[in-house]
Formats: sequence, C-alpha cells, structure tokens
Amino acid sequence: MAAFDYAPAPESRDVVHLESSYGLFIDGEFVDPRSGTSFKTVNPATEEVLAEVSEAGEADVDRAVAAARRAYDRVWSRLPGRERGKYLFRIARLIQERSRELAVLESLDNGKPIRESRDVDVPLAAAHFFYYAGWADKLEHAGVGPDPQPIGVAGQVIPWNFPLMMLAWKIAPALACGNTVVLKPAETTPLTALLFADICRQADLPPGVVNILTGAGSTGRALVEHDGIDKVAFTGSTEVGKAIARSIAGTRKRATLELGGKAANIVFDDAPVDQAVEGIVNGIFFNQGHVCCAGSRLLVQESVAEDVVDRLKRRLGTLRVGDPLDKNTDVGAINSAEQLARIRMLSQAGEDEGAVRWSPPCELPDRGFWFAPTVFTDVAQTHRIAQEEIFGPVLSVLTFRTPDEAVAKANNTPYGLSAGVWTEKGSRILWMADRLRAGVVWANTFNRFDPTSPFGGYKESGYGREGGRHGLEAYLAH
Amino acid sequence: VTTEADVSPVARARDVVGTADLTDAALRRFLHGLPGVDQVGAQARAADLSTRSVKTTAKAWAIDLAISMIDLTTLEGADTHGKVRSLCAKATTPEPSDATCPRVAAVCVYNDLVGTAIEALTEYGGRTAASWVNVAAVATAFPSGRASRAVKLADTGDAVRAGADEVDMVIDRGAFLSGHYLQVFEDIAAIREACHANGRSAHLKVILETGELATYDNVRRASWLAMAAGADFIKTSTGKISPAATLPVTMVMLEAVRDFRALTGHQVGVKPAGGIRSSKDALRHLVTVSETAGPDWLDPAWFRFGASSLLNDLLLQRQRLATGHYSGPDYVTVD
Repeated sequence: MAAFDYAPAPESRDVVHLESSYGLFIDGEFVDPRSGTSFKTVNPATEEVLAEVSEAGEADVDRAVAAARRAYDRVWSRLPGRERGKYLFRIARLIQERSRELAVLESLDNGKPIRESRDVDVPLAAAHFFYYAGWADKLEHAGVGPDPQPIGVAGQVIPWNFPLMMLAWKIAPALACGNTVVLKPAETTPLTALLFADICRQADLPPGVVNILTGAGSTGRALVEHDGIDKVAFTGSTEVGKAIARSIAGTRKRATLELGGKAANIVFDDAPVDQAVEGIVNGIFFNQGHVCCAGSRLLVQESVAEDVVDRLKRRLGTLRVGDPLDKNTDVGAINSAEQLARIRMLSQAGEDEGAVRWSPPCELPDRGFWFAPTVFTDVAQTHRIAQEEIFGPVLSVLTFRTPDEAVAKANNTPYGLSAGVWTEKGSRILWMADRLRAGVVWANTFNRFDPTSPFGGYKESGYGREGGRHGLEAYLAH
Repeated sequence: VTTEADVSPVARARDVVGTADLTDAALRRFLHGLPGVDQVGAQARAADLSTRSVKTTAKAWAIDLAISMIDLTTLEGADTHGKVRSLCAKATTPEPSDATCPRVAAVCVYNDLVGTAIEALTEYGGRTAASWVNVAAVATAFPSGRASRAVKLADTGDAVRAGADEVDMVIDRGAFLSGHYLQVFEDIAAIREACHANGRSAHLKVILETGELATYDNVRRASWLAMAAGADFIKTSTGKISPAATLPVTMVMLEAVRDFRALTGHQVGVKPAGGIRSSKDALRHLVTVSETAGPDWLDPAWFRFGASSLLNDLLLQRQRLATGHYSGPDYVTVD
C-alpha cells in the first residue's frame, strides 16, 4: 500500500518584513551603536543571511542602563500597579495579534519548526504577559510581605533556544513588579526581540522601560558587570552562569540563574507505554533537544526496556525532519554551526565509549545545520553522553531495576532542573517526586509549561524561580 | 500476515492469553495486564496528529482513499427498498460525471435489506470483479445487543444466508462492563462461526460501542478481547450513541491492532463509525492510521469509515480540488 506522503505545506514568509539592518532599541528608539560594529544573523536551515544586527559596546550599555534608570525613577516605579497591568495586557494582546509574524520570524531565525513556534513559543509568550499583567496590581497578596517594592533596573541575558518565550519569562514579571529592563537576546537569535521592541512602541510603553541590546558574549558581560543595574537574570549555560555569579559577588546585585540540565525521564514497567513513548519523543526531540530541561536521559525499567526502545524506534520513524517553515515538520534545524559541532563531538564520544548509536532513516538537507534524531542504547552512567548536556536531539538510554536505583541514577548528575516519571501508580509518583532533586517533576507528561507554574533548578541548574507567584520574588525587594 | 480463518480463534486466544483454560479470571488477568492508556496523553497525541497539514496532491490522494473506504450506511427504522436502492446507486457511482471517482467499499444496512442491496448493486454494476461493493449487515440485536445468544445467531444466520459479505455485530456492553469477559468472548466466537457456516466466509466486524465503555483502558481491553475472539475488524460505534467515533478512540484501537499483529502476526482492521462528517475529520483519521498503525492499514481492506453524510463532503472537496472553487450542497446528490 502506498504511504501517505504529505505534500509540502510551507507557511508563507510574506507576513514577515525584514529590515536589512537593525539598530539598538534604547529609550524607545532604534539607534545606531556608538561602536558602529555589527554582525549577521542567519537562517540556520539554509545559512541565508537574514539581517545585519548592531553589536552593542560598553558605551551603548551605559546609554541603555541610563535610559532604564530614568524610566524607572521618573515613570515606571511610580505608576500604580493597575496602570502597569494595562501596558502588559496590551503587550499580551499585541503578541496574539502579531502571532503569525512572530512565529514565522522565530522559525526563520532559530530553525525550530513552525508547528512549535506557532503552537508553543508564541502562545506561551502571550500567556506569560497575560499572567503577570494580572499580578501587577495584586503584589501585596503575593506572599512576599505587606508592601513589596521593585528592585530597580534589571539586566537580562537570554538564550537562543526559545528567544521570544525566554524574553517573556524575563520581561513580564520584571515589568509587572515595577522594574525596568535592559535585555540582551542571544547572538544567533536577535530578531524576535527586535520585533518585540516594535510591539513595545505599538503599546505606547514609556520610553526606557524596555531596552533591547543585541550583541554577543562581550555585550552580555558589559551589561551584567555594569554598575547601574540592580538585578541580573540569566538563562543559559552553567559555565557562563558561574562566571556571572563570580562577577557579581560582593556587589548589591541580585541574581537568578537558569542554567543547564541533564534530566532523567523515568519509565516504570507499569507506565502507559504509548503515552510514555510520546513523552520520551517530546522530552528530547522537541525543539531539536535545544531545551535546558530536555529529557536527555531515558531511564527505563529493565523488564520493559526492550519493548519501550522498540516502540520508540518505530515512533521515530514517523518524525519529519526538514524545512522549519513546513507545517508538517517535527524536527527543524540545529541553531548554529557551533552547536552542531558540539552535538557531533559528544555523539562521537558516545560511540567511542561503546554506546550503540541509532538514527531513523532520514534525509537531511544539504545546506544549513542538521542533525538526525539519535538514540544511544547500552549507555553507562560513566559515559559522557550520560553526564554532559548535549543540547541536541540525542537521547541516552539507561536502565534500572528498582525505584531506589531509578532515584539514585536520576539524581546522579551535577544538574537538577527537571525530571519525568511514568507510572500508572499515583503513590509512586509522589514517592519519586519527594526524592528527585529537580526543580520540576513531570508525572506522565514532559516539557509542559504554564505561566502559573514556577520553573527553576537545583544544584548546577541554577537558582531562583521563573513563573507563577514564585517568579515575582525575583523582582521584588522585601 | 494471515488474513483468513486459518487459525481457530479459540486456539489463538489461548495463545495470546497464555492459558489453556479460558475463563473470566484468565481473560481478566490478561486484559487488565495490558499497558494502561493515559487519557490526557492520548488526547494530546490525537490533537497533535490533527495539526498535520494535508494539501494539494496529498489531499487529492487522501480524499479518493477515504471515499474508497466508506461503508455507506443507512440504519433507520424507516429504511425502505427505495432508500436502499438509491444508496446503492450512490455507492457504485458517487460522482456520475467523473469516472475517476472511486466507488465506496460497502453499503451497510439492516439484514432484511441485504437482498435488496445485492440486487440493486448488481443492477448498478457494483458487483463486478472490476468494481465490487460489499454488502454489510448489522446483526446480533443491533444496536443494543440485548438478546439471547440464540437470537443473535439467528439474526446473523439471516444476514449470511441473504448473502451479506460482512457482518457488523455489537458486543454485550453490559457483560463487558460487569467483567463477564468470557461471555463476550464466546458471543463473538460463536457469531464468527455463524459467519463461516455453510461454506460462506462473511467478514466479522465487532462493534465495541466505545461511547458506552467510557474509558480508553476499556477501549483497549475490548479491542484485544474482540481480536482474540476472532474479529476481522474492530469498529467503534453503532452510530446510535453519542459520543460515537472520536480521534483518540480510533487511535487507541489502531494501537491495539498494531500491537496485536506484532504479537500474533494476524492483521485486524479498524472502522470508526458515526460522527465523522467532514473531509477534514476523515483526513485526520487517515493521518492517524498512517502514523499509528502504519501504511499497511491505509487500504479499504483494513480501514473503513462508517458514515453517510461524509461521502458528500468528500465529493464537494474533490470537486473543489478539480475546479479550484467551492460548489454547494446542490452539486452533490442527496440520497
């Protein structure tokens, strides 16, 4: 019988208007950088140059922080909460109104499938603004004291894996609490943040409340180390997170850090197996595995390991890898050549150390950065692919015999961001959740996010929480 | 893959269940040992599959496939010979002006109208080797199934003697829900035998009436029970109960036939029935077939739609693909 070949179903790019070059968004205006330097941002699926983007230097950071300080002192910190809430609601609605534009631009710049940017990233970004808009006039009820006050100017540095969603996680609670921000999007994915700057203007947000500085690591360092900021919020690698923690030690700056992870997705022999397989796939192949809370280690009970792996492999045969803008694409492009090299290096290390490598047959495009979904079986706890964060579509399968062993192996990592438990036994879910050293424990699901639910890590996965009532604490003095 | 009755269902069931002695307890142990279905996860997966975008050439291919999978159905107390004859004409040539439009898979009627259907199909050219439309009859005290086994067997016998190619039986949901699995098993096995009486071999479709089974766990268990007892097809619904076929239910049944074949080598078909009215819904089901059970099931021999109004919507979509614009309900026939 013939297979069901879906015809190409590309989302139109026409909805996106790209400028050839972009300035920095400071004090409500797009301005040229003082340094005059710029860099290119490319579509990782084709290596096509999308736009020229300014690189902010120290002078620009000065300007942006000064603008944020002015806006904080003169306008934003003095506005009643209900007025701040109005702006946030307006921004949330504008994100919804411009959702297609944002989704297409996100997929172009990041390489993630349009299905995800359309159904996950952009709706969650809007939901985050809606959620914190609601808090803006209710902060005295947040449980952090009778009269919580904003902290001041927040310097925020976000990663390239969920550019717009991470921006929302950072900006929405900061603004709701009365702070102003200077945000640096990742070097490889600046475009949706620049579109968000336009949304801020459209929403008539007072100038200087949100400032967007594009640039690379040095821009981020200049921002984090700037004397004028009161708070650092960073999402990214543990290595950079540690450097930030060192650089702000002894200063008045507060910090929240959301860093790496090596999450265990734990499947017991009584799991709802078809849904568990979906959860494994969603856990590690969602967003090409570029997810800090990805379920990159599958811990499966030995008695069902063979069955689960067989089902997983069959399921991976239906994953569609390719053009991120095709509505039927499940796995898109790796975000950068640099990240692709790291994934290749660690996968090679997995093979060299004796793990068995498997990928479904799939044709990868010639141009752009691509990596086939990969599963390693026969992985030992000592292998690098079981210890280090790969941040790519690579799953390491390990087995366990007893619940105690599952807990011990799951916790045996320097990280502690998330974990998943799959079992039909409710009592075991609670027993496991008590023992897993992870900020989020998903039960019979994985990679589900909601603005009302706090998210953050244990150990080297960072500190502080984003989302929910807890997310307010990071932006309030009390 | 074995497709005919070359293994006795009882022998196969003993094999599957892993016991020589089929009892309620043994069947219960087996059925309740199947992996559970997480409701939230199953619904999320079905919703995910619904987002597949099927356009242009893929859509044309899928629409024709869907038409060829339809069991064009009329199951009303008010059915008449005339109504059935007109249904048969539609089944044979759904789009009289376009010879490339496929015929449907079967017409499905109450068993007293089987003779009429065969006669009409023969007359309209739907019983030739080149263009064959099956006749399916509902039997076994359809739709409730509340009758003695003797009555159900007599009902089935009527249908088979009248020449039905396929028999759509209902399970006794009361027996299933109260844990009398052996009774359900024996009902199905006995009806299967009646389908094969006197040298006939009518295909047996077993209706689970999933709307009354309430949980996906029950859908999975009933699917396995029916397959073990010798069903050629498992079918969601009678169409008389709401909800009838839903995408998650069809998906759970597709997982069951996939796993049953992996275990026994025996392929069983799936038929969602009732509630599928739009082309979009039909295409979502085909996507789910393709990505759950696999391409082997993308064939009228292994997947059917029990429907009546669906056919006209598929024809409208087919016309739109051919002409580039939408027509309207007056451009397809009302039967």
